[in-house]
Amino acid sequence: METRGLDRLICEHAFFAGMSPDHCELIGGCARNIRFDKGAYLFREGDPANEFFLIRHGRVGLELIAPGRGPVRFLTLNPGEIAGVSWLVPPYRWLYDAQSLELTRAVAIDGGCLRQKAENDHDFGYEMMKRFMTMLVQRLHAAQLQILDVYGTHG
Amino acid sequence: MAELAAVPTVARVRSRRRETHDTWTLSIDAGEFAFQPGQFNMLYAFGIGEIPVSLSGDPVAAGPLVHTIRAVGDASRAITQLKVGDPVGLRGPFGTAWPVADSTGSDVLVIAGGLGLAPLRPAIYRLFAERERYGQVALLYGTRSPADILFRHEIERWRRRLDVSIEITVDHADLAWHGHVGVVTRLIDRAIFDPDHTVALVCGPEIMMRFAASALRTAGIAPECIYLSMERNMKCAIAQCGHCQFGPVLICRDGAVMRYDRLQPLLTAREL
Repeated sequence: METRGLDRLICEHAFFAGMSPDHCELIGGCARNIRFDKGAYLFREGDPANEFFLIRHGRVGLELIAPGRGPVRFLTLNPGEIAGVSWLVPPYRWLYDAQSLELTRAVAIDGGCLRQKAENDHDFGYEMMKRFMTMLVQRLHAAQLQILDVYGTHG
Repeated sequence: MAELAAVPTVARVRSRRRETHDTWTLSIDAGEFAFQPGQFNMLYAFGIGEIPVSLSGDPVAAGPLVHTIRAVGDASRAITQLKVGDPVGLRGPFGTAWPVADSTGSDVLVIAGGLGLAPLRPAIYRLFAERERYGQVALLYGTRSPADILFRHEIERWRRRLDVSIEITVDHADLAWHGHVGVVTRLIDRAIFDPDHTVALVCGPEIMMRFAASALRTAGIAPECIYLSMERNMKCAIAQCGHCQFGPVLICRDGAVMRYDRLQPLLTAREL
């Protein structure tokens, strides 16, 4: 019953919109419900990146420690978005911190479990990669804008 | 007519207010003066230089003209350092306007980046004053950091309204900031609007406007319903000198506010 409920949450999540029920079930087999209080960390830089999070409610800030500046927040994530991509590629370690900025409810998905299922079912793997690639390209474009510092004097 | 528009009148600074570390808002007494949202004036720091500056006040309100200026060059720095009572040369108003009245019945997305909020503020005043004429109204504002937010107190007042949606994002922040972090285009997904009946008013750095227009197209808004305010090196402001030429367009005459369907082929041309 619990897994079936998670399948539904996964299928209803914006990131997986249009995903087939069979694939949602595959993901659901690697998933668990989770909540983070305000101020709690979803993950910390340098830790093993064993999972990622579908944000259902709340907000998550991605942060890096910048020398001489302290922690800098460079992105906030809202319901319907994904926190965590380092589980996709070796060495499977987080490159930044992710902090819950308010009570956050999410579905945590085991990255190793999902990678194994993607290896066993390439149609499923390709479907997953298309979604992550779209998100990564969007974030890359956004990061390019941030790097350009368009609101500075040369904008 | 062109000769008259080329000669500045002498106006006087009534008040000045610091907005951010490098940006000031000056109120200038200029007598009777009518303008439309989106238009600009040429302000002359005597003996130093003249620059185009968008009007940032309410076009309907009586009283001084309001301009918000970022100190980035000799003329803008001199103008931002004027004291109350100092003279400043004034020509204008020039240029095209935001299609505020023409957007009646539509949803309106106002997308501002950095100092681009200033040229949009007259339109925001009119949209908010006649709120019942429009569908959904949203202001999406992106800037560099929390310290760079323009019109901070006024935005706080606007946010108390229940009939408009106001979202602010910054490119980066320390942990004291509780709002969004990320580029302004990410806010478009969060806004509520009917893409078939939406007018988008966009002003900010040109790269930001290109990305915003692209995101608006992805969201389903037609190019002829997207308006950008272009910035170029305007000198005469009366379509005589050609400094602001942008392909077949003279920004001072055909802009600064222009439709995206006309601008789109020009925006990615390397030689313009």
